[in-house]
Amino acid sequence: MHAATTTAPILAATPEYLPQNIAFGILAAVMIYAALRVVTTKNVVHAALWLVLVLAGVAGNFILLGNEFLAVTQVLVYIGAIVVLLLFGVMLTRAPIGADADLDNDQRGVAVAVAAPLLALMGYVLWDSFREQRLTEKGDLVVQSTQQVSDSIFGTFLIPFEAASILLLAALIGAIVLARRD
Amino acid sequence: MLVNQFLFLGAALFAIGVYGVLARRNAVAVLMSIEIILNSVNINFLAFNAMHNQGNASHADGAVFALFVITVAAAEVGVGLALVLMLYRTRKSIDVDKIDALKG
Repeated sequence: MHAATTTAPILAATPEYLPQNIAFGILAAVMIYAALRVVTTKNVVHAALWLVLVLAGVAGNFILLGNEFLAVTQVLVYIGAIVVLLLFGVMLTRAPIGADADLDNDQRGVAVAVAAPLLALMGYVLWDSFREQRLTEKGDLVVQSTQQVSDSIFGTFLIPFEAASILLLAALIGAIVLARRD
Repeated sequence: MLVNQFLFLGAALFAIGVYGVLARRNAVAVLMSIEIILNSVNINFLAFNAMHNQGNASHADGAVFALFVITVAAAEVGVGLALVLMLYRTRKSIDVDKIDALKG
């Protein structure tokens, strides 16, 4: 194993991680605004495009957490494939491309009444458990190398990985069987 | 960086996704909200992975779990959209409020 390269600290010169914190703040604000737009906008296509922003923000967070492999996977799988798939879904179901007042049901009040207490509860529990604990109490935040991720997949998690392959195959066949016109 | 800043972001995205699942009527929009929920979980996985590593990058378990979540999400969207298409073909509508055949 290349211990020297895998444990190269990210910006060891800034112990307080100021640039990362600024980047995180910007990313978090953009992501939360975009996520709110995904669930409130009147236009399905706009919702899909706001979703791209959320997913890109998640990829940015993966980079901040030092995992480049997952960030690239996120961009490839989510932005490259899933959003395109969702847009195809919008197109094939002939949803109105313009604004659509019927996109929401009349349960908005109930939905807020479920989501807001959920957020408050999770926020309280998280604050109570972790307080101001740092991501790394000793040492710097390190880059997780792709080699380590692959060692883990093809070592410890080999059986679940094969199960995931079977799942993808089953999903592929299932989707074709369901969507095909007979 | 604090652990909690990532966990709070994940919690906020999760709550927004839950709101979307409950308040949306279009089935494709519901699927988008589910994607937001799954992504919020992935942020938590990687934050805990980084916390578990504590500066020596010896564990990748959280990253592998996040990878599995991405895989399952891809499968879910594929099958989900096929179901939505079937629904549209038989019902001419993807309004999840109108699909209440079990209601009697």
